[in-house]
Amino acid sequence: MQFSKVQGKQNKHKVVLYALSTCVWCKMTKQFLKNSGIEYEYIDVDLCEEEDKQKIRQHIQSKGGPLGYPTTIVDDKVVITGFRKDLLKEALET
Amino acid sequence: MTEITIDMVRKRAEADAKTYGYHLVPDPELLQAFLEGLKVNEERYGSPSCPCRLASGKFEYDRDIICPCDYRDPDVAEFGACYCRLYVNNDVCESKKELPTVPERRPTAAHRGKAPAVEQTAGTELALPVWRCRVCGYLCARETPPEVCPICKAKKERFQRFM
Repeated sequence: MQFSKVQGKQNKHKVVLYALSTCVWCKMTKQFLKNSGIEYEYIDVDLCEEEDKQKIRQHIQSKGGPLGYPTTIVDDKVVITGFRKDLLKEALET
Repeated sequence: MTEITIDMVRKRAEADAKTYGYHLVPDPELLQAFLEGLKVNEERYGSPSCPCRLASGKFEYDRDIICPCDYRDPDVAEFGACYCRLYVNNDVCESKKELPTVPERRPTAAHRGKAPAVEQTAGTELALPVWRCRVCGYLCARETPPEVCPICKAKKERFQRFM
């Protein structure tokens, strides 16, 4: 599966975003990360092959997250569901 | 096949909001983005499934998330907005505050099976209470009565529990 990488000056955390191409809040999460200068990679899950969708679902659930989009995973452990600026800031500022 | 336009999607959503006493999200940019998402899904899957949820493309699995989704009414009643926040209630529409965060109410795939819970219920036990509009007699099965009666426009307060 093909992740898109967005370059940013803030690259001390590994930030992975699972998004939907049709979802407003996913777009806002992408915009927020970009505007905050945070380096991240994302994938639009609705545009993936069925096999990859299944892998992504399993991955999000293995991290303890509910299946909702956007899901942002910081450093492979902090799972943030939805466009939650407060939680994103908290996870990325420390 | 008829071409789907943003205008069609908008008119459908506006009519539905009016019927049930809701509003569409007041921010014009957000609204436009929701309508575009619905349009894409209708073109892609044949039904305007929620732009904020991952559809399977199979109608029997997606019908509960076709907009307006099965979860809109209880979400607007509890949080003031539906899951994606296309539909909001009067208070949210008029306040200048941020839109509420709405958690996912949809059961997980393992729990929802192929058919919605309402249709699976057999016998005398009701999956949802039935409300009756005391003005025109309209009946509906949902967690709470609608903001306004979709038939005669009587307010929520005019409903009574029927079953």
